[in-house]
Amino acid sequence: MRGLKVYAITYLVFLYAPIILLPLFAFNDGTIIAFPLQGFTLDWFVELARTEALHDATVNSIFIAVTTAILATCFGLFAARAGNRHSFPGKGGILGFVMLPLVLPEIIVAVSLLVAMLQVGLSPSIWTVIAGHVLICTPFSIAILNGSFANMDKSLEEAAVDLGETPVSTFRLVTLPLVMPGIVASLLICFTISLDEFIIAFFLSGNEPTLPVYLWGQLRFPGRLPVIMALGTILVILSILLLVTAEYFRRRGLRRAGLEDTGGFL
Amino acid sequence: MRGPIITLEGVQKYYGEYHALRGIDAEIGQGEFFSLLGPSGCGKTTLLRAIAGFEDISGGRILLDGRDMDGVPPNRRPTNMVFQSYAIFPHLSVAENVGFGLRKSPMSGAEKKTAVGEALEMVGLGGYGGRAAHALSGGQRQRVALARALILKPKVLLLDEPLSALDKKMREQMQTELRRLQRQVGITFILVTHDQEEALIMSDRIAVMFEGGIAQLAPPQDLYRRPASRKVGEFIGMMNFLPARLIEAGNPSVEVEVPGLGRAILEPDQCPMGTGGEISIGLRPESMTLLFDGQNAERVAQGVVEERTYYGDMTYYDIRLDGAPNIVQVSMRNMPGRRVLDRGDRADLAWDARAMVLFC
Amino acid sequence: MSQTARLRRAFRTDSGKGLTLVAPPFIYALVMLAAPLGTILLFSFWTQDFLTIDRTFTLDNYREALSDPLYSELLFRSLRIAGAVTVVTVLLAFPIAYFVSFHVRPDRKSLWLFLITIPFWTSYLIRVFLWRVILAFDGPVNGTLMGLGIIDEPLSWILYNANAVIITLAHAFAPFAILPIFVSLEKIDRSLLEAARDLGESRVATFFRVTLPLAMPGVLAAILIVFIPTIGDYVTPRLVGGSGGTMIANMIQTQFMRLNNAPMGATLAVIAMLSVTVISLLLVFVTRRWTRGR
Repeated sequence: MRGLKVYAITYLVFLYAPIILLPLFAFNDGTIIAFPLQGFTLDWFVELARTEALHDATVNSIFIAVTTAILATCFGLFAARAGNRHSFPGKGGILGFVMLPLVLPEIIVAVSLLVAMLQVGLSPSIWTVIAGHVLICTPFSIAILNGSFANMDKSLEEAAVDLGETPVSTFRLVTLPLVMPGIVASLLICFTISLDEFIIAFFLSGNEPTLPVYLWGQLRFPGRLPVIMALGTILVILSILLLVTAEYFRRRGLRRAGLEDTGGFL
Repeated sequence: MRGPIITLEGVQKYYGEYHALRGIDAEIGQGEFFSLLGPSGCGKTTLLRAIAGFEDISGGRILLDGRDMDGVPPNRRPTNMVFQSYAIFPHLSVAENVGFGLRKSPMSGAEKKTAVGEALEMVGLGGYGGRAAHALSGGQRQRVALARALILKPKVLLLDEPLSALDKKMREQMQTELRRLQRQVGITFILVTHDQEEALIMSDRIAVMFEGGIAQLAPPQDLYRRPASRKVGEFIGMMNFLPARLIEAGNPSVEVEVPGLGRAILEPDQCPMGTGGEISIGLRPESMTLLFDGQNAERVAQGVVEERTYYGDMTYYDIRLDGAPNIVQVSMRNMPGRRVLDRGDRADLAWDARAMVLFC
Repeated sequence: MSQTARLRRAFRTDSGKGLTLVAPPFIYALVMLAAPLGTILLFSFWTQDFLTIDRTFTLDNYREALSDPLYSELLFRSLRIAGAVTVVTVLLAFPIAYFVSFHVRPDRKSLWLFLITIPFWTSYLIRVFLWRVILAFDGPVNGTLMGLGIIDEPLSWILYNANAVIITLAHAFAPFAILPIFVSLEKIDRSLLEAARDLGESRVATFFRVTLPLAMPGVLAAILIVFIPTIGDYVTPRLVGGSGGTMIANMIQTQFMRLNNAPMGATLAVIAMLSVTVISLLLVFVTRRWTRGR
């Protein structure tokens, strides 16, 4: 099985190729994005700090990502709980429909939201982007929280009620602590998705661009590319940090529940 | 049995079309060890959960200490439960688990601590309070679950298949221990189990349930010696069923003819239902004896050993009776100097009409 | 029983609680997804003249979309590219899923999965853009190949055409293909494989007669989960596709944003969705004998 392992490592190199190249060009002292590299510089990061429009886009993106993460995780909690703890008519159809944006081409989601919003007289803004992002993040949140709820023995909640707690205090004392790692993971993942999402933001942000939309605009100017590389490096590092944190919480959740680790998020 | 702590009156439960409980009537006494015994799907767990308040019943009443429990949520009922999975909170320590239900009690912190210590002591886990709950073994979890429920001094302790997750040795140990604990605290225990042996060992009275109804409610000895129906007899222990012919339905006793054995006169308590139709008699393997070398008995039948199964302490024989199509199973304790018969050997079989039950 | 008491009792039942819980996300999805998709469908039957929408029902858009070779060419190219991406991605992904499931120590599996998913969570835009850099005329791929003397002049067929789109999307959707296959491989009871060997099959034959058929549900899920979203990809064709690599999503965007012809954009979106749905259903139908009952 040596060959398979070599293949797996080659594949990992293929997967990581773009994000390995990114910092190379971000610190490269040359305006052209090509080999050979010229020399080390921090100019592009300094340039980033001086760009006003970028700061606005960053503020927009962070506001959108935080709001999206909170709303999508709330929806995720509701849906995951309903799916794991109750049976109700039309369950499969309802949950399937809520999960639909996971497989729907994003352009369809973006275009239809844009058309519908213009029809009811809403103009594109940060809030319309949030609306779209919540829609596409909710399925991810449900997938993560499904894991948390499925790992939790149903009789734990019954035991708490049996020992005198009300449904509300049971949620606070038993359910929440056990699902908390999943909630944190969901918040972080939704934040990451929203922060990186481009197409919906492209269609729905109007004149309040998010970071990716700003980035897209800059791709047209060859002279700006090194700065974009610097920005990209920061974004990628941020994403990886968020992911590692999310993974840490997910594993902690498993340990707390005294369970074996069986895989990743999806 | 002192006065009833639980009264079940025509308890019904539907899941959609499915009739899970078909009118359960029973009284469970104060301080009684009561078992609900039956195969899976018979409704025993549903009934237990209805008493705990986790299932709304569709009809009838559940009275707990004289109070109608309709609409009373589980947290307000004077019952506590030991769950099949034990439901030990994995994010809390052993002591926090045991003290979980004391959160709203008026006890001071120090008193609670003492109570938790005592409860752990009682189940043999003194000094385990600081341990993480998910690091416990199955038997220890079970003890924590018991301590956690008993610390609240419930009027009734409900146990949902509490021993099914344990291995055989641990199970046998916990059976005696549960029984001892129940005598010590004097609380009514209701045990759900599908293991007839476990029910016989532990209970004061057993309700055998089939298909949502109670088939028989009796103390262990009565249940074993005088099953109320063929189904109960089949479910509990082993029993031979032999077709029989009614000779005379006298008052009060009944005379029947059993092909291969002969005639027998049965007392009324041996005839649970007298509705006519096909009749058969039930006879436990150990209530018959093989006769060896000149032993004699009042009523003897003859036959041939068809099959023999050796268990170490016991040997089970399948014996085909002369002049009848019937095969009866007989168990014999293996004793020094007692032969073990082989297949094909002839055998003399002593039987006693007092051990028979008549089913129609 | 009074009205409110009956209501309260209905909420107390299991399905009542479930429906109450699922209502917020469901209603949100209805308002934010079902209604907009409905609007798009309506739009596809309307026409637009500069900025005014003519709401008379017409099938003209569909007629035009299906007869104009520009549109049908784009649609077929999108399907072709998405198909190729799917095949490449799933073929490349299967050995990885197999490796992680069968040859990685159990306690290392989640680390591998984590490593595989990390790139997927980083900015899509930047990843695609970097493929443009990697595949460029003077990029590292050509540089390395020329440096090794394998080629004399830079390869031109790897950028600004459909090939570039396929490479880039195969990269972007890798985890989507690996994870479902991995899950279905993990579910295979290992004793089944031992049983096959015990019954006289070779390792290879065991793989084809036991492992692969049992992994089919995962493979099908991988195919669908890659194929459906790639049809509608916008960024990759724009950045690395050149003129020969543009896809239907680019045309939809152009109709909406540049040509102010929302109805035509809507029509193309509906046609794209319908084709995806039909092809997916066909796939599910064709493969049902391998995926049935699992």
